[in-house]
Amino acid sequence: MRRVWRRGVLRDRRTESPTARTLVIAVDEWPGHLAGQHLDLRLTAEDGYQAARSYSLAAPADGDHVEVTVQRTAGGEISPFLTDDLAVGDAFEVRGPLGGWFVWRPQDAGPVLLVAGGSGVVPLMAMIRARAGVSRAPFRLVYSVRTPDDRLYPAELRRRVAEDGGLDVAWIHTRTAPEGDPRAPGRLRSADLIAHGWPPDFEPTCYVCGPTGFVEAAAALLVALGHHPSRIRTERFGASP
Amino acid sequence: MDASSRPGALDGNALAGPLSEVFVAEVTTAVARCRGCGRATVVAELVVFGPDPGLVARCPGCSDVLLRVVRTPERMWLDLGGMASLEVAMS
Amino acid sequence: MNIITRGFRGRGRDRDGRLPPGQYLTHDFPVLSAGPTPRIPLDSWSFTVRTEAGQSSRWTWAELMALPAESVRTDIHCVTRWSKLDTEWRGVSLDTLLEDVETAADYALVHSYGGYTTNLPLQDLLDGQAWVAFEYAGDELAPEHGGPARLLVPHLYFWKSAKWVSGLDLRLQDQPGFWEQLGYHEYGDPWREQRYQGD
Repeated sequence: MRRVWRRGVLRDRRTESPTARTLVIAVDEWPGHLAGQHLDLRLTAEDGYQAARSYSLAAPADGDHVEVTVQRTAGGEISPFLTDDLAVGDAFEVRGPLGGWFVWRPQDAGPVLLVAGGSGVVPLMAMIRARAGVSRAPFRLVYSVRTPDDRLYPAELRRRVAEDGGLDVAWIHTRTAPEGDPRAPGRLRSADLIAHGWPPDFEPTCYVCGPTGFVEAAAALLVALGHHPSRIRTERFGASP
Repeated sequence: MDASSRPGALDGNALAGPLSEVFVAEVTTAVARCRGCGRATVVAELVVFGPDPGLVARCPGCSDVLLRVVRTPERMWLDLGGMASLEVAMS
Repeated sequence: MNIITRGFRGRGRDRDGRLPPGQYLTHDFPVLSAGPTPRIPLDSWSFTVRTEAGQSSRWTWAELMALPAESVRTDIHCVTRWSKLDTEWRGVSLDTLLEDVETAADYALVHSYGGYTTNLPLQDLLDGQAWVAFEYAGDELAPEHGGPARLLVPHLYFWKSAKWVSGLDLRLQDQPGFWEQLGYHEYGDPWREQRYQGD
């Protein structure tokens, strides 16, 4: 869909984890967006050099304010600049919203299974936030992270489980589990999806997002459990950092 | 295409931004039919390599190239030659 | 009209005499792919040179290994702006492979397993400028870097150094390859920053 580059200005930056920051961006004439969509962010240097990256929108738009959560990649060209150097008030360019397949609409009433690997939780968080107060669709999030420190939005997710109704969240730790977690650290397994997902006969729409290897593995587990491939939507971020 | 042979691959969602420069309609929800094997796939579910030096979208069935996009400073280069058709919803 | 972002420099303007314009130095070895990584068993691998007259010369893996190999230490430059210095390769010179090939061609179209192609003038493959490389940094060339064998033409941007190389078509007329059809420069000299057509 035809999109133009618009002026974006950093309005606020929040710390989400030791390596992740949420950027609150005011975008000129932002047309609104659906949960699951992304934007492209472009930086231009004084000599004209340009670099652009895609980021999932993390929350519903608040007027012309949008949010993305950026994971800092060591040695990266863009993400360390965005998480550390860009100052409130600095301007850049934004194009979006982008994508129309990996989206959830509040009028979709059926059950939803969200499966996140690492920062793949960002567009799924947008769905959870878009649901609050406007939809009773039953949601479950199975969220795989390396260590407890890597969890994004932990306090908000706990609060929403208590307050939103019809939302459950399970954290899967692959390297280090928090004290008292009965599950031994390890990659996402079939048993995790059986325990914390929806059974296939509920016919949930499954949204799987994360690094490519994670998405391939999780989608294969869902299909093996009996979820129909046509109800599994995927978004891959590429090789895991 | 064996998943282990493409650990860094993206998917067709990554085409949304670049293709937004030239298409009025949303292309990632369109259905691409592979000229090679005949399989129909939603563009968002194509296997995509890139973004540099260019985006290369392949059929998840036979891995033939369906679409390529290169953005140079002043031009966009687009190859849709691997598709028998592209079916776009018009609203 | 672009909006300049205060403080953003980006990579790619390292001032080092060994780096071509617009390149930055990297110490890792980035992997760029236009498709899935092919796995080619050595007993079915071959390298074929076809001339404009339709003559073919073909080498199996064992035949390639029987040819004299050279060690090459060279800098490499990717059009996506990374450069890597003093990389160490081992391979068979194209001078050796083309020694007995009769041709009047001016151009070569390089073919790879997986369907990739790239074109360049034949003279850029000769006189100690190009190899079929099968070792990198003392080890066999890994599949993600083009193993079992890739072309190595380090004086041109690295997309010309086709991974998983399977052969050459020698041609009287130039024919653009995979990226050259889509806006990339037909020659690709990093020192003249020939990234895109018209550069």
